[in-house]
Amino acid sequence: MPQFTDLLFYALAGLTLLFGFLTVLNPLSRSPVTSAMFLVLTIISMAGLFVLLHAFFLAAVQVLVYAGAVMVVFLFVIMLLDLKEDERRHFNKVAVGLGGLSALAIAGSLVASVVKSVPVSATAGRMAEGDTKALGRLLFESHVLPFEILSVLLLVAMVGAILITKKDLR
Amino acid sequence: MEAINYLSPTAQMILFSALKIGVVFGVVMTAVAYAVLVERKVSAWIQNRVGPNRTAPFFTQYLPVIGPFLVRLGIFQPAADGLKFLLKEDFTPSYVRKVYFWLAPAITVIPALLTVAVIPFGSNLGSEKMVIADLNVGILYTFGIVSLGVYGIVLAGYGSNSKYPFLGSIRSSAQMISYEIAMGMSVIPIFILTESLNLSDIIRYQAEHGWMIIKQPLAFVIFMIAAFAETNRLPFDLPESESELVGGYHTEYSSMKFALFFLGEYANMIASSAMMVTLFLGGWTMPFIDALSLPANSLLLGLIHIGVFFAKMAFFMIVFIWVRWMLPRFRYDQLMDLGWRRFIPMALANIVVTAIVVALFNN
Repeated sequence: MPQFTDLLFYALAGLTLLFGFLTVLNPLSRSPVTSAMFLVLTIISMAGLFVLLHAFFLAAVQVLVYAGAVMVVFLFVIMLLDLKEDERRHFNKVAVGLGGLSALAIAGSLVASVVKSVPVSATAGRMAEGDTKALGRLLFESHVLPFEILSVLLLVAMVGAILITKKDLR
Repeated sequence: MEAINYLSPTAQMILFSALKIGVVFGVVMTAVAYAVLVERKVSAWIQNRVGPNRTAPFFTQYLPVIGPFLVRLGIFQPAADGLKFLLKEDFTPSYVRKVYFWLAPAITVIPALLTVAVIPFGSNLGSEKMVIADLNVGILYTFGIVSLGVYGIVLAGYGSNSKYPFLGSIRSSAQMISYEIAMGMSVIPIFILTESLNLSDIIRYQAEHGWMIIKQPLAFVIFMIAAFAETNRLPFDLPESESELVGGYHTEYSSMKFALFFLGEYANMIASSAMMVTLFLGGWTMPFIDALSLPANSLLLGLIHIGVFFAKMAFFMIVFIWVRWMLPRFRYDQLMDLGWRRFIPMALANIVVTAIVVALFNN
């Protein structure tokens, strides 16, 4: 049923964009917690898009890692800090400029890659099926070096974060 | 029944899925209601009391021996409790953040119910597989959904906008994230052995090679203790510890909203019991009996398989309840210490050892 999946795609894509917009600029509420919750919804609808691509593993991991762990920590920190002043909206001109510029850069590269990409027949894409085994093979056989470098990078970031918070270590 | 054969495969799939969802939902809800009764009866038994034994609808007096017996067992108590929750005044304090206050109970219940979707609770009835969604990443789906369960509690604390619920929700978010890591790592050796993330495949592997609880006892222990922490049950019920935080995250709630938190907790217990049965106790299979370890070829056998699954699940439910009334609560730093400095290294070591053993013996 191609029409039905198309419909689902547009619904999910629309929801992703809507929730993403509400994360950044919510006319009804200025509480950072609300923004965080809309970001969670954005992540979940993006996981829905992954499911439509038959990338079940990515979808599950997206929800598990981003919605289930990272955002909970975000929420935890926001709630602890109780950001009262930030509820008043003030725009930093430099930040708005830089943000707009980087958004434009990302959008440009995305559009460029979409234009450059060759349309693949629907069946060829399905062969991969987001198979967990195939993904594991790719990560640990052909791309093992970048993958390991990335994990070391994450480890370094983690150690760095701990070092910054531990003042008495210096 | 003949008419079913004339429907298209898609229509059949939708029909059977809807049917399965309906039945599973009904069964889980009933099981939740009776789990509360069992909890009260077991606690009464442990504390040398009688427990609920008074609720008697009018028709029990016409049943000669069975009526009073059922009343003494408290069989009708869940119905009375449910009615009471529905009819009680639903009070919303003036200082709460209304949207989150209303959303939180629903967000607690929904993930708990969604988890059940991937659990194979039987082999098959007729040609229909007894699992709502036979996902290839079943276990990851479960972990993903379970990890969303924490939002209900966190938002309850935030929405209540008062100090005890807030402290409870802060505790629970830290606790649940910590134990999710230990829980997720504890099951990795199982995937190394079964080479699949599909829960039906894991059951098939156990039917052929023996239960996981024998092959991976350490993984089982870590998973089970983490399950206690994930469901906020004693000895890890820090988020609602009544001696420190009044009622924790549900202090400000009343009536049906309060009941939804309860419902969520028990539905979570059922989901974790079902997961433990599937991952470690062979699901609907039984060892040494061929009829019970191969997919059913008759309706009766299919029903027996479902019965086996529910018997094993009931066993874990009793363990959950039993532990609650036998053990004192952990201190918060002890809880964190156990999670991060005992379970995570143990689970990691378990992964490495399993991987080495598998690599040595498969080549």
